[in-house]
Amino acid sequence: MRTPLTLRILHSTPRAGWIALAVFAAITWIAVPVAHAVLAEAHPLHLSAYSVSLLGKILCYMVVAVAMDLIWGYAGILSLGHGLFFALGGYAFGMYLMRQIGRDGSYQSDLPDFMVFLDWKELPWYWAGSDSFLGTLLLVGAVPGLVAFAFGWFAFRSRIKGVYFSIITQALTYAAMLLFFRNETGFGGNNGFTDFKRILGYSITSPEMRATLFALSAALLMACLVLGRYLVTSRFGRVLAAIRDAESRVMFIGYNPLHYKLFMWTLSAVLCGLAGALYVPQVGIINPSEMSPANSIEIAVWVAVGGRGTLVGAVLGAGIVNLAKSWFTMSFPEYWPFFLGFLFIAVTLYLPDGVVGLWRRLRARPAAAPDAPPVPTVHRDARPVSAARSSAKDPAELPAVKGAEA
Amino acid sequence: MSVVTDFERSAMESEDQRENWSGNASTSHVVEPGALDLSHNVILYLEDITVSFDGFRALNQLSLAIDAGELRCIIGPNGAGKTTMMDVITGKTRPDSGKAFFGQTIDLTRLTEPQIAHAGIGRKFQKPTIFEQHTAFENLELAMKADKRVRRTLFAQLFDDDRDRIAAVLTQIRLDREADRPAGLLSHGQKQWLEIGMLLMQEPKLLLLDEPVAGMTDDETERTAELFVSLAGKHSLVVVEHDMAFVEALGGKVTVLCEGSVLAEGDLAEVQEDPRVIEVYLGR
Amino acid sequence: MRLPLPRLLCACALVLAFLVAPARAALDEASLAGLAGDFQSRLDTIEALGVAGGEDARRVLDALEAGALGVAGGRAVIVQGESVVAAANGEALALAASAVETLTVNNRVRRALGTARAALALASADRGERLAAARTLADNAGQSLLPLFERALANEADDEIRGVLARAAARVNLSSADPAQRLKAARALGESSDPAVKALLAALLEKQGDVWVEPNGEVRAAADMAIHAIDRRIATAETVGTLFSGLSLGSILLLAALGLAITYGVMGVINMAHGELLMVGAYATFLVQGLFRSYLPAYVDWYVAAAIPAAFLAAALVGVAMERLVLRHLYGRPLESLLATWGLSLVLIQGARVVFGPQNVELANPAWMSGGIELAAGVVLPWNRIVIVGFAVFVLLLIWLMMQKTRLGMFVRAVTQNRAMAGCVGVPTARVDTLAFAIGSGVAGLGGLALSQIANVGPAMGSGYIVDAFMVVVLGGVGQLAGAVWAALGLGIVAKFLEGWAGAVIAKILVLVFIIVFIQKRPQGIFALKGRFADS
Repeated sequence: MRTPLTLRILHSTPRAGWIALAVFAAITWIAVPVAHAVLAEAHPLHLSAYSVSLLGKILCYMVVAVAMDLIWGYAGILSLGHGLFFALGGYAFGMYLMRQIGRDGSYQSDLPDFMVFLDWKELPWYWAGSDSFLGTLLLVGAVPGLVAFAFGWFAFRSRIKGVYFSIITQALTYAAMLLFFRNETGFGGNNGFTDFKRILGYSITSPEMRATLFALSAALLMACLVLGRYLVTSRFGRVLAAIRDAESRVMFIGYNPLHYKLFMWTLSAVLCGLAGALYVPQVGIINPSEMSPANSIEIAVWVAVGGRGTLVGAVLGAGIVNLAKSWFTMSFPEYWPFFLGFLFIAVTLYLPDGVVGLWRRLRARPAAAPDAPPVPTVHRDARPVSAARSSAKDPAELPAVKGAEA
Repeated sequence: MSVVTDFERSAMESEDQRENWSGNASTSHVVEPGALDLSHNVILYLEDITVSFDGFRALNQLSLAIDAGELRCIIGPNGAGKTTMMDVITGKTRPDSGKAFFGQTIDLTRLTEPQIAHAGIGRKFQKPTIFEQHTAFENLELAMKADKRVRRTLFAQLFDDDRDRIAAVLTQIRLDREADRPAGLLSHGQKQWLEIGMLLMQEPKLLLLDEPVAGMTDDETERTAELFVSLAGKHSLVVVEHDMAFVEALGGKVTVLCEGSVLAEGDLAEVQEDPRVIEVYLGR
Repeated sequence: MRLPLPRLLCACALVLAFLVAPARAALDEASLAGLAGDFQSRLDTIEALGVAGGEDARRVLDALEAGALGVAGGRAVIVQGESVVAAANGEALALAASAVETLTVNNRVRRALGTARAALALASADRGERLAAARTLADNAGQSLLPLFERALANEADDEIRGVLARAAARVNLSSADPAQRLKAARALGESSDPAVKALLAALLEKQGDVWVEPNGEVRAAADMAIHAIDRRIATAETVGTLFSGLSLGSILLLAALGLAITYGVMGVINMAHGELLMVGAYATFLVQGLFRSYLPAYVDWYVAAAIPAAFLAAALVGVAMERLVLRHLYGRPLESLLATWGLSLVLIQGARVVFGPQNVELANPAWMSGGIELAAGVVLPWNRIVIVGFAVFVLLLIWLMMQKTRLGMFVRAVTQNRAMAGCVGVPTARVDTLAFAIGSGVAGLGGLALSQIANVGPAMGSGYIVDAFMVVVLGGVGQLAGAVWAALGLGIVAKFLEGWAGAVIAKILVLVFIIVFIQKRPQGIFALKGRFADS
């Protein structure tokens, strides 16, 4: 008897999860918009534009973290290039925003200011269609998706794995950053896109628009969580984890790992692109520094801090690190790199399962039954290093999918 | 033993799936997509297969034919090329020269590992290779014969008869009580059995088994031999083993490999008499 | 450290030039008469003074430059304070300084003066001065200088200067009225590698209206051949120049990647802080330079040599600390090591920023590393890069010896191939790890030292090289020194050629694409281990 897909998606998230999502939805769709756009500025519960943008930005980061977790935590593929997909989505939407400026730029030209500055007479061909909102929505997912697909196809086909793959993705985003830094590339060089005015004709700085973008980011995050949850609890998720643990066995029982990795990888990139598209109007700028390798690797740290292989962990990690970052950069900008650096080290050394793992351990300790198997950590340090090249095979690399489901 | 579905049914079922897998391989005149052609009653042909690694010849013009339904044991000293031969058959290693056919029409040298698995060849590794983070049940579920493309797997569901099949295999490999334990926590012998179980779930026509009883107790070894003998006929089996008692218990034809080619072939007793075999292998 | 052969040769040439220098005649009044004439005759006179040469001529030119040369009563005189002397022989004259009309030095006079001085310098004892003078003259020579060139050619022993002079003479002769002279000149100019000469010859091959600029067909043919010869020479020089810059980039990459190849090979740990070890080496060099400046200013040129052990030790110490405190606890978890070492790199960069400030620090090339060898006009091989290539070879040799000939090297190779087995046969794997990491890090420090001589030294200097260094390791194959060498040189040279063709950014991207495509064919790098053991 076939169960309808909707029902299975519904079942894949436990009841507690749905309740949490409902609460989250109530806060992000009703409470925050009201507090920002309806309440007067003098009201004690009023949320400033700064706070809403900051929170909206973090929501986008959370989406990226979930996308990262799907590919790293569940498929065991550490990408150091996810910032690229995020930025590509951002640039795709940024093109639309630039076109929406119209003649309100400093040069009162139909062309974006930076093109006037470079003395260009017309839009390059790849800007075609950037004035269409629907077309842009398509591009926002399609551009990072296609780039990821093409790159992934080559990389996975030649069975590049583990640290090799990570390094190549880093090189990819690095090369893209250099490309976008060039003025001739046609995306505003160093300065990227900024000074946006409106979306669909509505002012981008209005409280209503802010609240809408915020609510949309929250919706995207929730959709990612539900989708992610379905994926990792489906047979697809189990195959993915199996590829992570013993790729050759997967091949010899007839699954083609290339297709599985490629699907997850591309989907992850598309999610990043969507997040980037929502991020750009909220922070009001996109430039090539978003593609710097440092940004991409930070994404991995969000996930590691929260706990790989758990969707909640990814969300928590992105929240914790980014709130800490905005506090540090306001109070002690000098010390942020130290903090972040030590966080990297401390998490990998002492919190291999992140905050979620820590919480589980604390909760499990008093109730530990004598014959409860210590599942996820059992092989962690048992493996000789000589097998390092086959990192993806290492069961210790990643906590179990089972762990995520528990 | 009713778990193992009969041969004809599985051959029919695989037909519609294979066209999705043979894709780029279908250009050659010898390869035609479709069912396994057993018209000459031979399931596996290897002819003059040579594989070298940096000048070292792991396989040296190896020729071998396995009949449909046969149970063949391969023995030979270390470095004789047994594992490399399995690598060639399953598409992991491409031969430098020579032909490898599955049935009359399927050219194994042109297919990828998953395509070969789909064509109906299952392989058990020397070192038990299972999904340690998954439960025994899930291991079997993943191995189960099904459409294994991404699109299908995304929406795949476990139906009642799937559960029954998995349960039956679990009983057969005596892991029914361990169904929900992570496979990484099983004993070595249990892992070997689980891997054999996964092979059964795949319903292959040809099983390649690389030292299947290493690390098993005598009792387990005996039961494995019984299982293999019962599979022969419906399936073809190629067993690589060092354990002579086990080889004897299987009772099939024996091929001795040495330095990458076939040294002798025949009954175990015959082979054991062969002076060349005694010299390179048994007589040491 | 090295006294280059060219310098020895030039010392010999110098002595020779001194011996054959002709005696100069004293100036007579007539040769200076032009100074009292019109402007053009003044310029001619000044140039002629240079051509004539001699101490007196130099004295007159000095006076002119100082604004002391003047004319009084149709006679060239020099004002010396209140008194006036004759320009020709320096004898005192009974004239008031106020009666002298001094010559104004405008731009044209200054140019004539420059030519004259260069002409004088052709007789100098110093080779460098003569060469510079010959080049100056060659650029804007007229008919009047021809005798000078011929005389200088007769006396000059140095081949390079002779070449310059001969070409300068040929350039002048190219506008001679005698076709035979022009033909000879056009042929002689074919020896040049100067784009300016090429332009000069090309001008002969143009038509003004229907008339050839050069009426003689034979001369035109010779000019055409000469142009081709020059083109070939320029192209060759440029290719050699690009090859060399590729080689020097490759050497830097090699120094950066060698250490990485060792640490990754042994421990399977990608050290993202490797670039920062370069930075540590560079700052160690900076500190050594500071010490030399304060305490041993006389030997400041040799600070680089003293920095070799300092950079090695500083980076090795940081490396050992990293290994002991962090990486040791992450064995077998390569992806997590990668993150942790990235964290370390953040800490190190910020640490450098706090200690040394966010600005780049200033490091001076020692005198013996500045300058370079000029292959052709505009193609120079700088000494500092030549030294770096040599240094890379030296380091490579040391590492190779260590890996192949010492017990430690054997242990390192053993651990790279099979850690568990090496441990079983009694290799102290933990100590080998630490030592290998120390050596790998130390080599990175040496890379930083080399880098400090050609690039900016700042807190973030390492991050630019880390990606490239990894590409080298990936391309070369893990744990393969030979692979790393080929990959580094190959990448360096390919990158430089692409740069010349498509610009730096596009070149970087193309190199990346190339690597990805390459890995399609050889997933384990150039020097892959094949067979069952290469399985992952």
